[in-house]
Amino acid sequence: MKLRNLTLSLVGLSLVGAAAGAAGSLVTTAAFAQAEQFFPMLVYRTGPYAPSGIPVANGFRDYYTLINERDGGINGVKITFEECETKYNTKLGVECYEKLKNKGPTGATLVNPFSTGITYQLIPKAPVDEVPILSMGYGRTAAADGRVFEWIFNFPATYWSQASAFVRYVAQQEGGEANLKGKKIAHVYHNSAYGKEANATLEVLAKKYGFELTLLAVDHPGQEQKSTWLQVRRLKPDWIFMSGWGVMNQVAVKEAAAINYPMDHFVGNWWSGSDADVIPAGDGSIGYKSTAFHGAGTGWPVHQDIIKYVYGGDEAKAKENNIGEVLYNRTIVNAMFGVEAVRTAQGKFGNKPLTGKQVRWGLENLNITKARLKELGMEGFMKPLKVTCRDHETGGSVIIQQWDGKKWSFSSDWIPPISEVVRPMIEEAAAAYAKENNITPRSC
Amino acid sequence: MIYREAGQFKTTYTADQAVFPIVQDRWFIAAVAFLALGVPFVANEYWLQVVLIPFLLFSLAAIGLNLLTGYTGQLSLGTGGFMAVGGYMTYKITTAFPDLNILVVFAAAGLISAGAGLVFGLPSLRIKGFYLAVATLASQFFLGWLFNRVGWFYNYSSSGTITAPPREILGIMVTGPEATAEVRYYVALAIVTVMAVAAKNLVRGRIGRSWMAIRDMDVAAEIIGIRPFRTKLLAFSISSFYCGVAGAMLVFLWLGSAETEAFDIVVSFDVLFMIIIGGLGSILGSFLGAAFIVLVPVLLTNAPQLFGLTMAIDLQKHIEVVLFGSLIIFFLIVEPNGLARLWQITKEKLRLWPFPY
Repeated sequence: MKLRNLTLSLVGLSLVGAAAGAAGSLVTTAAFAQAEQFFPMLVYRTGPYAPSGIPVANGFRDYYTLINERDGGINGVKITFEECETKYNTKLGVECYEKLKNKGPTGATLVNPFSTGITYQLIPKAPVDEVPILSMGYGRTAAADGRVFEWIFNFPATYWSQASAFVRYVAQQEGGEANLKGKKIAHVYHNSAYGKEANATLEVLAKKYGFELTLLAVDHPGQEQKSTWLQVRRLKPDWIFMSGWGVMNQVAVKEAAAINYPMDHFVGNWWSGSDADVIPAGDGSIGYKSTAFHGAGTGWPVHQDIIKYVYGGDEAKAKENNIGEVLYNRTIVNAMFGVEAVRTAQGKFGNKPLTGKQVRWGLENLNITKARLKELGMEGFMKPLKVTCRDHETGGSVIIQQWDGKKWSFSSDWIPPISEVVRPMIEEAAAAYAKENNITPRSC
Repeated sequence: MIYREAGQFKTTYTADQAVFPIVQDRWFIAAVAFLALGVPFVANEYWLQVVLIPFLLFSLAAIGLNLLTGYTGQLSLGTGGFMAVGGYMTYKITTAFPDLNILVVFAAAGLISAGAGLVFGLPSLRIKGFYLAVATLASQFFLGWLFNRVGWFYNYSSSGTITAPPREILGIMVTGPEATAEVRYYVALAIVTVMAVAAKNLVRGRIGRSWMAIRDMDVAAEIIGIRPFRTKLLAFSISSFYCGVAGAMLVFLWLGSAETEAFDIVVSFDVLFMIIIGGLGSILGSFLGAAFIVLVPVLLTNAPQLFGLTMAIDLQKHIEVVLFGSLIIFFLIVEPNGLARLWQITKEKLRLWPFPY
């Protein structure tokens, strides 16, 4: 009996060992010299953040495929990409990054971590590995100071700008900044690096305008929020701002509806305003608002192209793959930034596969004009932007969108951030980071 | 035939008490040491960063928990919390005293972690078994909450994330982004080797024997003159010291930056699984268990490509979880005493081979 068990276990162990050896040989063999530009994709299609992760992953895949199918690549250079599952877990994210960073003829073009936690892990590695990070609207806010964070880009807006724009929006709705005094504002946030980002800005602004700020943390993953909303009920805040992600959003919206909180005074940040966040609450979520920096729906030529070239005209299948949902559209914007950065860099370095270093130049000299947006089929979809060496955030304006029970639509104009408060905070935080890590800021 | 100690005579007590009394074992250890030193010359960064460094630091954490659970019999679910103490304290100390040698900082953070272990070990004098596990679970949640809510621990950075600043030893970058994976691997290897040898000798000596006496029957142990108060608290603090250093390595040698999520309850469970699968009350088992828990998921992630299979990434992840769970069940059924026991049985069989009776 013992012997049989022993043999069984040894067989199991040797199988595991053999597979390990084979895996090793696999990881070391890569590199194929062709006109290909490799985009690594850190995705999360499983776990508690999958409701947010799936449309994101599909958006990237579809836009890259569109460029290949419609244009034959970026000026003839085909895009290749590979997905790696992170479960929104920072450790797995780093593993994926290590696995993908040297693939393709020139290594990873740039990395879109789509997780603030993973972005924090990768920021110190970026200059060493020479892989630029495009953390579009998330990650480390201080990275907006391009003098310190040469390799990190977080345009078109940061968490801090967003929070200040939210306060400006509340002021507009309340009839002027003077009316903010004495108002009660609650921030319901995901208790992680991501959720905490806005706190500092809100605290400074609370002092400046005299509103009463309450910070309500929701622990990962956010399925259980009864105590938070009990506090909200007791507090009766005039406005609620939310920084949520994944399953936390839909639970929060449901809970708010259950306590009959006026939904038009409940504003999510741009990670808390997707279709998956509001649909589960049914009619209760009508009127819920969130910030955004691009449009929702399929009303732009780029979507028609995706249906035509990626799905062969099959609109139902495209719908199944989340086309037109807020997060899907956001990744269309994100993928477009990456592709346009490569295109910009090609203008300087030639139409061939580019290295991360060359793409970094492309990101820093990215200029998406109104005319260019029209060519891309995205006119009116988002704001034009121009990146500079000093400013990796650009503008930072946001727009408020509202859910009417069926679709999201804009319910405000573009709201600029309170830059005179936010920018000095960014520069201060960047300087502190530079000091802690012995970085000499560039002068520009 | 190969593995037989016939003809190896011990002529001194020292030789008889050696950690590895059999020549073949010493050769084996020498071979492992040679491999461990040579591996950075052949392994690429992916292997070092994703497999070997986490393997080393989790081995250390597993040794720590094994001292407490395997040798002293005190079930603990607070490993993640004690690792967090190590990680956060290293960060606090090294940012406050940038010139202090980082290894000294690791040790100091380990001592603070030992202090935390001492405090949370106090209930063990009154409660036992699963009830103690629940009490240590409280330490896991309390410490996680503390480092998440109190800004002082992360120097009031806006996101609550701690980042390993660049530190060097003898002019070589050891932590921070510019430290190469090879250097970090060697530092981790050195720390783990020293601490594993220390642990091995600890459990062979008076302290280890008193721990085992407490584990096997605390009343009997008390009657023969072992003081449960001192022994249990010593086990808690030494175990937490090991976990604390492992936590410091997790932030400074592996991830580079971390938030409390890196030390959540899943880490505590993982380390507990490591010692259960590896073998309770065995230093070797700690290494084997860590290898199993760290390596198998990496392997399963890469397996489909290996066989030329392309499948949806989410399906692959789900299959991976199922397979990993099945493997754990499989090994626990065929050898409930862990991989270390398996190794021991193999050695016993080899001794008689090819003429078993």
